[in-house]
Amino acid sequence: MTSRTATSTPASSPSTPTVPPTGSSAKTSSRLRRGRPELYTDYAADMAMFNTPAKRLWTGLLLVGLLILPFYLDRSWTSLFITVFIFAIGAIGLNLVSGYAGQVSLGHAFFIGLGAFTAAYFGGTDPNFLGLGLDMAIWLPMAGIVPAIVGWAVAPLASRVRGLYLAIVTLGLLFVGGHFFNEFTSLTGGPNLGRTAAPPVLFGVDFSSAGPLLGIEMTARQRIYFLTLVFVIVAAVLARNLTRSKVGRAFAAVRDRDIAAEVMGVPLARTKQSAFAISSFYAGICGGLISLTSGGRLDPINFAGAEGLFLSVTFLAMVLIGGPATISGSLMGAAFVVFLPRFVETVAHYVPAIGSSGLFSVQQLENILFGVFIVAFLILEPRGLFGLWLRVRNYWKAYPFSY
Amino acid sequence: MAMIRTLSEALTGTSVDLAPGAKVLEVADLELSFGGTQAIDGVSFDVDRGELFAIIGPNGAGKTSIFNCLSGVYRPQAGTISYLGDDLLGHRPHAVAERGIARMFQNIELFDNLTVLDNLMLGRHLHLDYSTFSAIVYHGRAKQRELTNRRIVEDIIDFLEIEAFRKFPGGMLPYGVKKRVELGRALAMEPKLLLLDEPVAGMNVEETEDMARFILDIRAELDLTMILVEHDMGLVMDLADRILAVDFGRPLALGTPREVQGDPAVIAAYLGETDEDAAPLDAAAGPAADQTSL
Ligand SMILES: Nc1ncnc2c1ncn2[C@@H]1O[C@H](COP(=O)(O)OP(=O)(O)OP(=O)(O)O)[C@@H](O)[C@H]1O
Ligand SMILES: [Mg+2]
Repeated sequence: MTSRTATSTPASSPSTPTVPPTGSSAKTSSRLRRGRPELYTDYAADMAMFNTPAKRLWTGLLLVGLLILPFYLDRSWTSLFITVFIFAIGAIGLNLVSGYAGQVSLGHAFFIGLGAFTAAYFGGTDPNFLGLGLDMAIWLPMAGIVPAIVGWAVAPLASRVRGLYLAIVTLGLLFVGGHFFNEFTSLTGGPNLGRTAAPPVLFGVDFSSAGPLLGIEMTARQRIYFLTLVFVIVAAVLARNLTRSKVGRAFAAVRDRDIAAEVMGVPLARTKQSAFAISSFYAGICGGLISLTSGGRLDPINFAGAEGLFLSVTFLAMVLIGGPATISGSLMGAAFVVFLPRFVETVAHYVPAIGSSGLFSVQQLENILFGVFIVAFLILEPRGLFGLWLRVRNYWKAYPFSY
Repeated sequence: MAMIRTLSEALTGTSVDLAPGAKVLEVADLELSFGGTQAIDGVSFDVDRGELFAIIGPNGAGKTSIFNCLSGVYRPQAGTISYLGDDLLGHRPHAVAERGIARMFQNIELFDNLTVLDNLMLGRHLHLDYSTFSAIVYHGRAKQRELTNRRIVEDIIDFLEIEAFRKFPGGMLPYGVKKRVELGRALAMEPKLLLLDEPVAGMNVEETEDMARFILDIRAELDLTMILVEHDMGLVMDLADRILAVDFGRPLALGTPREVQGDPAVIAAYLGETDEDAAPLDAAAGPAADQTSL
């Protein structure tokens, strides 16, 4: 632990208010030096979200890649990416409350479900179920706001307890909420039956049909891809802003040492309440979009009881594998969890021990690997995939020196 | 490029307006017990504006418990605490912090996963007056407030000479630096009353002298009222205006260093504890030159 961070920090420590020796060439020369210590001439530059050329470069490359990708992917891969984007929004939300604020929640699936059915209520057009048939510009924000309000309201219960007890309380929420979903059939359609979700019609543009987007002719799936890509980028940027602000610091302080945090002027109960509300907002947005991964249908059973618990745990896995208390880790974790089954399926083709005639089924192997990865990350790299990325980055920063 | 400012230019909120004769803090008949142990047993004292008041006593005497009552972490069973004319009892710690009381902890309570910068910025939490919504957008007010407060934090970093550790996580710092960052975090709160719980415990001579220098500088520059709990008698005798000695939660003596030093009850308490003579109670020549820990 010590050596790992120590190798990264000296490089950046002499940074801040130092005047660069050659004023104007500071930017170019730092790029030549492969992201070596930055010399900032003002605090704003140091505090910027992408405060090094390397970060800007990587983010730019990733973005360009994601923009051209759907024109080269087949339908099922495009769908997989859409799922990554939507799940990533939920993972960011869980990371805010659990990774940053340290409040482990098993109730995330409830808030996702609440978002899903709130969206269906405001946007649903199926005459058999409750639905106002409003535009996505209304139903999507509502899908976040309603869970946020519920999260805000139940947080005082949850913030009285911590650790294992908190997990149990949030689990209780999941089961109570699940019961509500299953019983409220005029809204949810009931277990195993479900209902149609709100159609993704944003400002009158139906994203579930093929058509032009910004002048380019696209399939429905490509249009959904870009729509959800925009949403996840906005979600990530806003979350990053939050976490670098006083709110994010207060979350971390409450997580690390709650008494000291309070002595510094951080109100415990209200901070935890904000964390739950904001996290639930993200969960709700994820829920509002989740029907886009399941053919436009919603079934309450997926958010209730054991299925709901499995969904919550899946999101916890994204946070743990991606890296707690990192936004980019949430994105990596979501990608990892969504791509893992596809990877296992592909491997199963070549390994005879896997598959219907072999030792394990694909599904079993998937579950086993899931568990193995969670345990492995917890033990070997608690900072998750984000931590692995840091290691690689620091290795190259210091290359050819080992330290 | 920000100009390097002095501490008093950066922290302007530490001054206290008081009517003549009024006290910053008045504690009367404080009682606190945990089950069978009486941690505080009838302690009373008051602290003047700009005073450096020290509390001494053997291990387990109840010094930290007094701090915990002042900062709202413990709720005493009886007694009153009046701070700038305001009743402190029954307030949560964050509400006490809002009233301008900051604190350093005996067992370091830094946020291990936050950088030194963020730890200090956390000290500015109450001065960052922007909404959560503004934080999410991170434009205008939030950005501007972060920037001006970052500048103040940088002044504190300069003052404490911890520039090299700016981006180190709190948990990775050497012990002496941790103590400095804790002092800085408390200072960042721009308090009107600063509680220092054993600021030099476990430090070597050099680190102790640095810390003493910081405390003296803070006094000189900010005219800040402070309460110091410390086992290092040399330091206490040199720095304190008045001293309260406690043992088993009970007050033994209260007065100037010279008075307390010669008090038979105090000498007896320390003799009983250490089985040595009372020599360590003699004030040493330079600041903190006497390393004898009681
Ligand atoms: N939270 C607590 N629960 C139970 N007993 C406590 C608690 N806090 C303090 N005590 C007891 O109260 C008494 C006073 O403790 P305190 O920590 O205030 O002493 P101290 O003077 O700060 O000692 P030291 O010099 O070792 O720091 C001790 O007997 C201690 O065991
Ligand atoms: Mg103590």
